Amino acid sequence: MITIRNVTRRFGDFVAVNDVSLEVKAGEFITLLGPSGCGKTTLLRMLSGFESPDSGEIWIEGRDVTRLAPYRRNVNQVFQSYALFPHMTVRENIAFGLRMQKVPADEMRRRVAEAMDLVALGGYEDRLPHQLSGGQRQRVALARAIVPRPAVLLLDEPLSALDAKLRHQMQVELKRLQKRLGMTFVFVTHDQEEALTMSDRIAVFNRGRLEQLGPATEIYHRPGTAFVADFLGDANLLEAEWLAAEGDNVRVRLRGGLEIAVARAAWPGAATRAVVSVRPEKVCIAREPVAGAENGFQATITEEIFQGALDRLVVRTDAGTTFSVVVANESAMMEAFHEGERVWCGLHIDDLVVVPAA
Amino acid sequence: MPAANPTTHRRPSGLKLLQWGLGAWTAAVFVFLYLPILVLVAYSFNTSRLNVVWEGFTFRWYGELFGHGPLIKTLKNSLIIATLSTVFAVIIGTAGAWLLHRYRYRFARAIQTLIFIPMVMPEIVMGISLLVFFTTVQLDLGFVTAVIAHTTFCFPFVMLAVQARLQGLDPAMEEAALDLGASPWQAFWLVIVPCLRPAIISGALMAFTLSMDELIISIFTTDPASRTLPMQVFGMAKVGLNPMLNALSALFVLITIASVLFSEHLRRLASR
Repeated sequence: MITIRNVTRRFGDFVAVNDVSLEVKAGEFITLLGPSGCGKTTLLRMLSGFESPDSGEIWIEGRDVTRLAPYRRNVNQVFQSYALFPHMTVRENIAFGLRMQKVPADEMRRRVAEAMDLVALGGYEDRLPHQLSGGQRQRVALARAIVPRPAVLLLDEPLSALDAKLRHQMQVELKRLQKRLGMTFVFVTHDQEEALTMSDRIAVFNRGRLEQLGPATEIYHRPGTAFVADFLGDANLLEAEWLAAEGDNVRVRLRGGLEIAVARAAWPGAATRAVVSVRPEKVCIAREPVAGAENGFQATITEEIFQGALDRLVVRTDAGTTFSVVVANESAMMEAFHEGERVWCGLHIDDLVVVPAA
Repeated sequence: MPAANPTTHRRPSGLKLLQWGLGAWTAAVFVFLYLPILVLVAYSFNTSRLNVVWEGFTFRWYGELFGHGPLIKTLKNSLIIATLSTVFAVIIGTAGAWLLHRYRYRFARAIQTLIFIPMVMPEIVMGISLLVFFTTVQLDLGFVTAVIAHTTFCFPFVMLAVQARLQGLDPAMEEAALDLGASPWQAFWLVIVPCLRPAIISGALMAFTLSMDELIISIFTTDPASRTLPMQVFGMAKVGLNPMLNALSALFVLITIASVLFSEHLRRLASR
């Protein structure tokens, strides 16, 4: 559906998008995720045609659109500010794309009504944008962009202006809508939770480069770089030094001094140093040695932060390595952990991700 | 609390005095600004030919005004010139503001400054330079030269009003139109211009008022057949004050206040 091949875009000395290649399948919900300034928005604007690459090619539906003007592309965008036309009613806003395509009046009426149904805006046809709430405006922007039936729908952080509750609701609705329409969605966000909730695949960007591309679970559980591990969810990123090979495993020394075993296959090539990424929820904590964990060690709880359903702990191992740990705040049957308490920690070898040192 | 510092007792009265002083000052400014206008309007209904004593109420001067050939003729001229130059000023000012806002030009800042200099340039300088220009290109003075001259000093005002509005316009507005298949021209005409409408109208009102009011530049750029109303009034006033001119001025005051209120109303609509 979309092929992005070696695309680079510079603004002066700043390389906004650096040699990015990416394939998007038809009917896929793909999210471009990254911090601000990572190039995701610039890439989206090259798909919509508001920017053009300095080098590389962009193909949509088997057609080279690299230099094609925005109004000649079969893509539509939902803008972050919605950009509803303030002097037009909801109906006129939604019909604008069809009007530009010179669609006959009765067909236009039918399709606008359909789109309004789809986003549950019935009864608001004659309102002006300033008479709508933020969530309603968002729906108008969505309806306006899908009614011309584009090959690809581009969404530029469309939920960022909504409050948390409405945002969660819209995430679910967007995903449902995309499935129902079978339309290809390219969604830009800096919100990792949003990306995990909605996407078929996530493309993580950092400093203009595509860091990793894959399904949400893969990106989360098998981050390829320290940046990805850190950006999606929390991670203990610990520099590790190769000590010795032990069968299928490698004995490494972590920053601080703790020695653990990681899978040999996970180690990046012949490097002597790497970074071990441990998710806080993957560290098992108990009052006795943890059964079934390849790596067991004793530690002291140095900090405890109550977060409702979760307890966030910081533990310091006897060797001197510190971990951030998250445990579920369990029922009264189990006594909560306290600051200063001595505990046993366990790390399963399959939960340890090794990424190349920066 | 122990006994208060004596100065705290005096401060409110000092403040009060200041308030009184400021109030009186404000009143004086308004009297200075509007009393002459009020007197002028009042005397337009005076039966006496002289502007000094009140003798009785009459509409006579309004009647004479509309029967006065030269005044009506020059009023028509002024309306023609003002209308045409307003139309041109709106077209040039709006297009100019959009192009400077939307596209990057070399020397954009210099262009901007050069466009606004005529707003502050002495009218006499502009009048003479336009006259020299028209003579050089051998354009005979008349309606054409008057409209060109008036457009020249009017369009920066339209442009300024439109630019102010463009500053606050979401840049995604044009992109949204393009994205939905509108050509750049359609996007401008169907989306941008409606967004700018309040600014365009208030700029047009300003241009029209300025043109109707212009004397010095008109002197240099018209011929006897295209004389404007201010020129006629100025000529008549030199001979002697006439209650008919009071009546004329009263009408102008009415029109001006109405158009100011109207453009203010539009401005408020726009900022909603």
